[in-house]
Amino acid sequence: MPQAKRAPRLPDARGHFGPFGGRFVPETLMTPLLELEDAYRSAQQDPEFRHELDHLLSTYAGRPTPLTFAARLTDHWGGALIYLKREDLCHTGAHKINNCLGQALLARRMGKRRLIAETGAGQHGVATATVAALLGLQCEIYMGEEDIGRQALNVFRMRLLGAKVTSVTSGSRTLKDAMNETLRDWVANVRTTYYLIGSTAGPHPYPMMVRDFQLVIGRETRAQVRRLTGALPDCLVACVGGGSNSLGLFFPFLGDPVRMVGVEAAGEGISTGHHAAPLTAGSPGVLHGSYSYLLQGEDGQITPAHSISAGLDYPGVGPEHSYLKETGRVEYVAATDSEALDAFETLARLEGIMPALESAHAVAQAKKLAPALSRGQVIVVCLSGRGDKDVQVVAERRNGGGS
Amino acid sequence: MSRISTTFARLRSRGERAFIPYLTAGDPSLEVTRALVLEAEARGADLIELGFPFSDPLADGPIIQRASQRALDGGVTLLGLLDLARELRGRLRAPLILMTYMNPLLAYGLEAVTKEASAGFDGLIVPDLPLEEAGPLQRGARQAGLDLIFLVAPTSSPERIRLIARKTRGFLYAVSLRGVTGPRAQLPSDLVSYLQGIRAVTEKPISVGFGISHPEQVRALAAYADGVIVGSALVHLVEEGGKDAVRRVGDFVATLKAVTRE
Repeated sequence: MPQAKRAPRLPDARGHFGPFGGRFVPETLMTPLLELEDAYRSAQQDPEFRHELDHLLSTYAGRPTPLTFAARLTDHWGGALIYLKREDLCHTGAHKINNCLGQALLARRMGKRRLIAETGAGQHGVATATVAALLGLQCEIYMGEEDIGRQALNVFRMRLLGAKVTSVTSGSRTLKDAMNETLRDWVANVRTTYYLIGSTAGPHPYPMMVRDFQLVIGRETRAQVRRLTGALPDCLVACVGGGSNSLGLFFPFLGDPVRMVGVEAAGEGISTGHHAAPLTAGSPGVLHGSYSYLLQGEDGQITPAHSISAGLDYPGVGPEHSYLKETGRVEYVAATDSEALDAFETLARLEGIMPALESAHAVAQAKKLAPALSRGQVIVVCLSGRGDKDVQVVAERRNGGGS
Repeated sequence: MSRISTTFARLRSRGERAFIPYLTAGDPSLEVTRALVLEAEARGADLIELGFPFSDPLADGPIIQRASQRALDGGVTLLGLLDLARELRGRLRAPLILMTYMNPLLAYGLEAVTKEASAGFDGLIVPDLPLEEAGPLQRGARQAGLDLIFLVAPTSSPERIRLIARKTRGFLYAVSLRGVTGPRAQLPSDLVSYLQGIRAVTEKPISVGFGISHPEQVRALAAYADGVIVGSALVHLVEEGGKDAVRRVGDFVATLKAVTRE
């Protein structure tokens, strides 16, 4: 059990979490990033900004989200009591909306009329297109050609919401390349355009800002578990791609004696090399503006990630996670594609909930953790999104996989 | 005084501007890069920038992205490029400048890469390294006698431009536009006043790059900068390939260099 210690106030003034983070971007973006940071800090001090965001979170996004006791799952696995933090019940079907509402209000406050974003599974793209429609802003979403193929439903949703969806055909044609292309758009259109990054990744101040907008997940969880049990939970589990749902859940508990487990995507297995687990099997380097763990070759070229879940299919991870790994405060493990698929089906059959394949990685890890804990201990699993978007992928795997 | 500074001083005394071609190293092979560098110098290049490819070149447009991919597919390594630069040093008067992104440098090790690069390269440009994060690389470069060249952009505030100009070595790289590399029919209308603004705060040589591909553009800018950098337009000639690609790159270098003598 990790020792309780006071959470350090991070990042520092230049966006560093220990050695990680920072701003590794072309000079063209430095002044815009400094302006963004100023605007964010002034918004934070402004009670009206906070009020409007809270109002939208409750009347539009559907917060607070419930904490559901998974009774049959608990019986099935034995051991700890399993609770699900239901971000899948947020408007648009995932936690992404929490961050998008915050950043879109900030964009409007800065006088920007156009939002751009990268998306992997399409959940962040849908959430961005949604807030753009809500606030009457233009919107363009960059999405890898590969992901457009496997997330057709979300592409159609974004277009229905009035967003332009641009297919990215460079590199591995997934989330990493979509992020390159969005950064290139931002470099060219920075006067009019706000880059709405969807995870706790990218250059400072994004990892800090996205974390702050997501920590509502952990704050609610804390209050909800207290109300139910009178105590803190024993263990928190969440999936880690860029890392925003996990950091949102973990952050308010960092100073408490609570075990935390981040679950990366092991893809076809860590030993096959086809995975998306930089914290488990990568090394530190610079990608997309920050210094953090990455999948890379010896020569510093980025290695393509692999995961059945488009939202985890990213070779990097947010810098604060790298810091939490190095300090040992959070444990990082990885679940394979097939473990996630099993968890998807188990949760559907036993609880009537289809999790996003991303979130299914966290459920898969809970299966390993729960039996090792005693009856009466509490595990909270972050159900970061709902699985409707993944039904086709799951169906294809069932038919093709022969299981 | 570094070889880069000496080169600018010599050109200044002759009333000339530097012409600086950029080429992606290893596109399609280091043998071709060697031939291109020798041809570029023979046809008048004053300094030569060689880009070591990175898998995720976020400051680059489609032409250099494709060149980077071809070079990586061809198996180029940083070690191989450093060897080539070392071999070329004795044969070239023009200083060589290494351009690459931060991650390949980190993977090699900042101290090792600056030390080994200085045997063939005179300068280093890292487009995703702003001043704020540059400390460790600055130390390595200074020890190795390698000029770490910083960039300013049209979005840089006057205070930032002053600070960056103070820290840059060899010359100051003025990014001409808001955007990625690649030819533009029209350069920004406020480019001249931007360059004049930079000139007002530094004595160091200023070289302007990004988007420049026509002799007319080079002519228009030569009055306001000490050097002009052309990349994608040359890389595009390499992409078109053919037996006479080296000669065609050489012809274009000669055309562009002629303008900087006017």
